[in-house]
Amino acid sequence: MALPFFCMITVHVKLFATLRLKFPKLGIGETMPVVVPDGYTAGQLIDLLKLPPGQKIIFINNKIQKEDFGLQDGDRIGIFPPVGGG
Amino acid sequence: MSKFLVVDMTNCAVEYRDVPEEYKNLAGRGLTSTIIHDQVPPSCHPLGPNNKVIFAPGIVTGTSSPTSSRLSVGAKSPLTGGIKESNVGSRFPYQLACMGIKAIIVEGQPKDKKYWVLKIDMKGAALEPADEFMGKGMYETAPLFYKKYGDSIGLMMIGVAGERKMSMAGVCFNDTEGRPSRYAGRGGLGAVIGSKGLKAIVLQDEGAPGVTIANKEVFESGRKKMIDALMEHAITKPKGALNSYGTAVLINIMNEAGGLPTRNFSSGIFESAATVSGEALFEGNKERLGKELYNHACSPGCIIRCSNTWHNKDGSEMISCQEYESIWAFGPNCGIDNLDATGKLIWLSNDIGLDTIEAGNAVAVAMEAGLTSFGNVEGAVSLIEEIRKGTPLGHVIGNGAEAIGRTYGVVRVPTVKGQAMPAYEPRAVKGIGVTYATSTMGADHTAGYTIAPEILSVGGSEEAINPEGKGDLSRGFQASTAFIDTSGHCLFIAFAILDIASGFEGMVEECNGVLGTNWSGDDVIELGKKIMRKERAFNEAAGFSSKHDRMPEFMKYEPLPPHNNVFDVPDKVLDSVYGNL
Repeated sequence: MALPFFCMITVHVKLFATLRLKFPKLGIGETMPVVVPDGYTAGQLIDLLKLPPGQKIIFINNKIQKEDFGLQDGDRIGIFPPVGGG
Repeated sequence: MSKFLVVDMTNCAVEYRDVPEEYKNLAGRGLTSTIIHDQVPPSCHPLGPNNKVIFAPGIVTGTSSPTSSRLSVGAKSPLTGGIKESNVGSRFPYQLACMGIKAIIVEGQPKDKKYWVLKIDMKGAALEPADEFMGKGMYETAPLFYKKYGDSIGLMMIGVAGERKMSMAGVCFNDTEGRPSRYAGRGGLGAVIGSKGLKAIVLQDEGAPGVTIANKEVFESGRKKMIDALMEHAITKPKGALNSYGTAVLINIMNEAGGLPTRNFSSGIFESAATVSGEALFEGNKERLGKELYNHACSPGCIIRCSNTWHNKDGSEMISCQEYESIWAFGPNCGIDNLDATGKLIWLSNDIGLDTIEAGNAVAVAMEAGLTSFGNVEGAVSLIEEIRKGTPLGHVIGNGAEAIGRTYGVVRVPTVKGQAMPAYEPRAVKGIGVTYATSTMGADHTAGYTIAPEILSVGGSEEAINPEGKGDLSRGFQASTAFIDTSGHCLFIAFAILDIASGFEGMVEECNGVLGTNWSGDDVIELGKKIMRKERAFNEAAGFSSKHDRMPEFMKYEPLPPHNNVFDVPDKVLDSVYGNL
């Protein structure tokens, strides 16, 4: 029987502020490669990393995207919890 | 009943006056801008005898309302040539409001070069000679005031930059722990105060009666709603983003957005952003102090508590506060990549009495001109020290980014109406560009902080790079901000009240409670628009037109990495901000 075939992609993830606390070895601004199935969304990536759901500040290649955004191989992703300043 | 305190510097006379009926429901920015509109000749020289400086606490300032010890400082600006309101939190506004002073109006000009201290207590106000406080750094001067007048005073000072009437001179106030570190920084109002021969204002509030509240029930209802909103929202709550990381948490986020102006607005990404971020500040302090350090309140009664301290390697305090804008101005914008260096440059700016945004921009333009190189910390320090020394070069730099740019023939000068831009790239974030272009204040992020929906997903969500709809977005933010700046609340309450409707209701109720008015939510936005119209009318009479509501030209033809976008909001959209007001 043929095994189900998943094409895997690698995305490069940075976590900021309190989200980084779940990955204590990850430096500030440091990128973490994550291998996910092709077709994965940003929201699924957030679930996979066990980050709190409902994150609204998700940058993919320097543009804000929503959780339903489909990831591509090589995407650079930055995720922030709710933050503000000015 | 609160009064105006009118200080005539020509005759060294002080007088308490009743508040005219038409000003009774105004405070903060609404009051400073209305008085300037009504009483200052728009064509006057900003440093001449006909300009006035107004200090006005907000409507709810001095009450138990949270995060509301704010002051508006207003005058015609020597930097922009237009109207200016610069807003600050410190102990001073709370004390001033409690002392029953609705505004201090400083007018006239002494004929000699003597400087004065305005001392106010519950027995009255008097001008005292300032000789012993002149020509020194702020960190040396503040303790002299505490020694003479007591540790609990509210203190306003100008530094040597203000004494020299430089257009980047800020107005310094003391924080809750007495540091001379909180600034009404923008627009060179320190120079206007210097031109009046006023070095400082000292408040001694013993016996102050407090603020009269017309309807306590309405006020309490509003106050509770405001507290609940601030305590609930992830950005403003204790140990939330602002309390943990300070405003500098934005360094990484703006860098990810490709909108962190770098090396004098030549890129939107700084490769070393992480090293000067709010997270780096938090972890650096933790390493140097051996414990986590959360931020403190810059002013009495603040729930948000976003003001940070940065510590030396031996654990001693180096500086408060390394704000986002200040770190950015001397860090990424100058190609400087460490917090000890930005801390040193901010300390110097505070000591001399400078607006850190204008100072960092001026240094970056000087770097572009080749006076020193990007990333050269000692070069930046020596440029700032020129200002302290009062050399001819120091005077050029001290007059701001546009002055140094014009002097050295630099084309890439990021200013609108003469005022340098803050830490958000308008080619990457179009709404904030509309605010920079159209604000009555010159390039000012606080005038209409569209970053909230464009980057932070607060108060909705807008695509940052997209120019569509940004005229309406900016207008709405500018109008609501004009009211918040009038209410006496810190602008950071907006994060909570944009997302939590009852918080907005609370703000309106608090104001109704204090004043005995019956304003609706629509009424306060209309009041914000009315304030904008008065400011605009003053600027038009001073010589501004819609042709001044424009981005610097280089932003229209120089694509900015990483998005490689130019500022492409059409002029007719910029004109619609006031056209459709």
